[in-house]
Amino acid sequence: MKLRTMKTGSTGTIKSITTQGSVGLRLREMGLVPGTTIQLEGRAPLYDPVRLRLRGQILTLRNNEADHIEMCREAGQ
Amino acid sequence: MSSTISIALAGNPNAGKTTLFNRLTGARQHVGNYPGVTVEKKEGFFTHDGQEIKVTDLPGTYSLTAYSVEELVARDFIVNERPDVVVDIVDASNLERNLYLTCQFLELGVPLVIALNMVDVAESRGIEIDADRLSELLGVQVVPIVARSGKGIDELFDAILATAGRARSIHPVLLRYGSDLDQAISEMLPLIEADNLLTDLYPARWVAIKFLEHDEQIITRAKEKNPQLSEQLLKLCKFVTAHLQQTMEVYPESVIADHRYGYIKSVLHQGVVREKFVGDRLYTSDKIDKIVTHRLLGPLIMAAILYGLYTFTFNYSTVLVDLLAAVFTHASIVVDSVLPDGPIKSMIVSGVIDGMGGVLGFVPIIMFMFFGIAVLEDSGYLARVAFMMDRIFHFFGLHGSSVMPFIVSGGIAGGCAVPGVMATRTLRSPKERMATLLTVPFMNCGAKLPVLTLLIGAFFSAHQARYMFLATVAAWLVALIAAKFLRMTVLRGESTPFVMELPPYRFPTIRGLVIHTWERTWQYIKKAGTVILGISILLWAMMTYPGLPQKKVDAFSRQRMEIQTEMQAQQQENAERTKGKDIHPASDLHLQAALAEINRQEAQARLRNSFAGRIGTALESISQYAGFDWRTNIALVGGFAAKEVIISTLGTAYSLGDVSAEDTATLKDRLAGDPHWNPVVALSVLAFIMFYAPCFVTIVCIAREAGSWKWAFFSMSFNTIFAFIMAVAIYQIGMLLGLGG
Repeated sequence: MKLRTMKTGSTGTIKSITTQGSVGLRLREMGLVPGTTIQLEGRAPLYDPVRLRLRGQILTLRNNEADHIEMCREAGQ
Repeated sequence: MSSTISIALAGNPNAGKTTLFNRLTGARQHVGNYPGVTVEKKEGFFTHDGQEIKVTDLPGTYSLTAYSVEELVARDFIVNERPDVVVDIVDASNLERNLYLTCQFLELGVPLVIALNMVDVAESRGIEIDADRLSELLGVQVVPIVARSGKGIDELFDAILATAGRARSIHPVLLRYGSDLDQAISEMLPLIEADNLLTDLYPARWVAIKFLEHDEQIITRAKEKNPQLSEQLLKLCKFVTAHLQQTMEVYPESVIADHRYGYIKSVLHQGVVREKFVGDRLYTSDKIDKIVTHRLLGPLIMAAILYGLYTFTFNYSTVLVDLLAAVFTHASIVVDSVLPDGPIKSMIVSGVIDGMGGVLGFVPIIMFMFFGIAVLEDSGYLARVAFMMDRIFHFFGLHGSSVMPFIVSGGIAGGCAVPGVMATRTLRSPKERMATLLTVPFMNCGAKLPVLTLLIGAFFSAHQARYMFLATVAAWLVALIAAKFLRMTVLRGESTPFVMELPPYRFPTIRGLVIHTWERTWQYIKKAGTVILGISILLWAMMTYPGLPQKKVDAFSRQRMEIQTEMQAQQQENAERTKGKDIHPASDLHLQAALAEINRQEAQARLRNSFAGRIGTALESISQYAGFDWRTNIALVGGFAAKEVIISTLGTAYSLGDVSAEDTATLKDRLAGDPHWNPVVALSVLAFIMFYAPCFVTIVCIAREAGSWKWAFFSMSFNTIFAFIMAVAIYQIGMLLGLGG
């Protein structure tokens, strides 16, 4: 499943990042690499971007950027 | 050690770099720009144990790639300037991600000291970090500090001096990137070493890694040095990329990043981090965010805070603005009484003093605004504003952070584009920043308001409030659409990813706020001030020269003389008739009015004859399509100096004498009654004034912020052409529909 479809408040582990170039690089250097556990903390008033917690920090991502992040199956439970 | 040691401060944004820099250098700092780019370069000096130390504050970065200007600047500085020590500020409460940058410094093999900042915050979250163990594992000194309170700073100094002493014995750390990449690197290394490709600047292994990461800067440089070898290396990269794609569907960049995080994890798991207690998952910041970025409450709180900032900036700065205005008025009066009449006096009063007033008049506004923004930025709230507004602004090709410049420039009518343009510095994405920079002048700043009020009052007095509101809405629409247009044409390109950190909320320190505010203000005075003064004198000359030909001047003085003799004659006559009784006859008032009328006519003739007047008159042949006559044209030319000048120039052009922005009743009546003016013309002029070239103070600031005059000229011509097309459309359609009355 994709990160976009995760429910607010749910936790999951990143399976893979499906983009390269500047977006992929930025995702990686902010710590979004496979195996990382992230929690979807909330969404902006207009539903986009999303607010994530990982490695003790809060990050924001636009939905179209979150689409590049594939989560492991058990996420979203 | 006797000579100065140079150190560079590096680290992630929000890790406390600026706080440490301010603590080290205090007010002894110098802010400039790196050549050719708009990234700020901050330097300062301090002494410790009699040793003078020069500090450079590098831009905050998460990595050392070639994707952003900040990262390139930081990397080039370290490689080219070779500071004696690089101090890497690491946020202890966010250790894993912060060490990603550290990891790259280790690979680059620079003399490094790690300042483990905010250990107090980490501890309050139940995280205990064994600095000695971390130091042992990474092979560099690690000093726990609290930059805000100054705790651990002395120990940091000692570590810096110790590291500076043994700087040249440092070797790059070798990281493993998995068998495929390690194999590729081991094939590339001998080739690079044999040719010494870029090894004067970088370790050979670093060059190989950068080739695998597809680093444009390094590859370009390598190609310049040895194109053949570069091709050979690229071929090796291509081969391993294809292999990785086939076997694991990944790119080398991802594998390298994964292994760096793997290395960090392995280091941290060797007894560096101890979680004393599992802190409440909802830290204070999260609790605040639950409310502050809430669906409904969030926007309301944001509106209130932005409105508060706005009121603070523009209402509370008026005291100082008025005070400065009074000082300059006083200076004018003094000069007026001391110097004899003539061109020099005119230049000093209208060129220099008014020009200085123009420059310094903005200072209180800039100070207040940057103080307000510094509070929002340092506390972490600004990032939340960007987070909430991004959906809307991203649609127009901008960034969530664009909202602040727009608001300040007049998003709530009555702002000012000068601090607005300067506020675009908080944007980190270059294209979005440029689009914001070029569109904020469309907002209705405080100087446009009296002009709008005048025209709306004269022609649409029945719906004054509605028209003012419409003007604000129109400004927003035009600015956003123009931004979209620019992003689709001259500023075309992918939007910058919004992968952004929401830093934990913090109380700003007074010291930080004061330094921040002062730095910006001083920069404005120093850099913009000189240029603005020069242009101000130029504009004065344009509105003054050439003077009227002697024949006309003589004609006006003859008329004056005639009236004066008539007045004298009448006074004598009256004196005899009334025999000393204090009666002021009506005929005398009538003559005085006639005298004033001549003065006004002379002023009008002088203005029309000046360069600005000639330009205005010459432009009539084009401007008639928008319904502007030469009087309006001259006023619009004058409006380039400052929008409020439009009113006083119109006053002179309609020979009404001095018309100030505060009292426009006579001008309003005159325009409303003028056969040349009608509601359609008024609307067309209104649209033009709202959207044409920004005042030159804004232009100078745009040139400074954009890093080139090219953009300043672009802004001038783009806005003027756009505004003219609008005005022509309004006038032609309006007249066609017969709305001109």
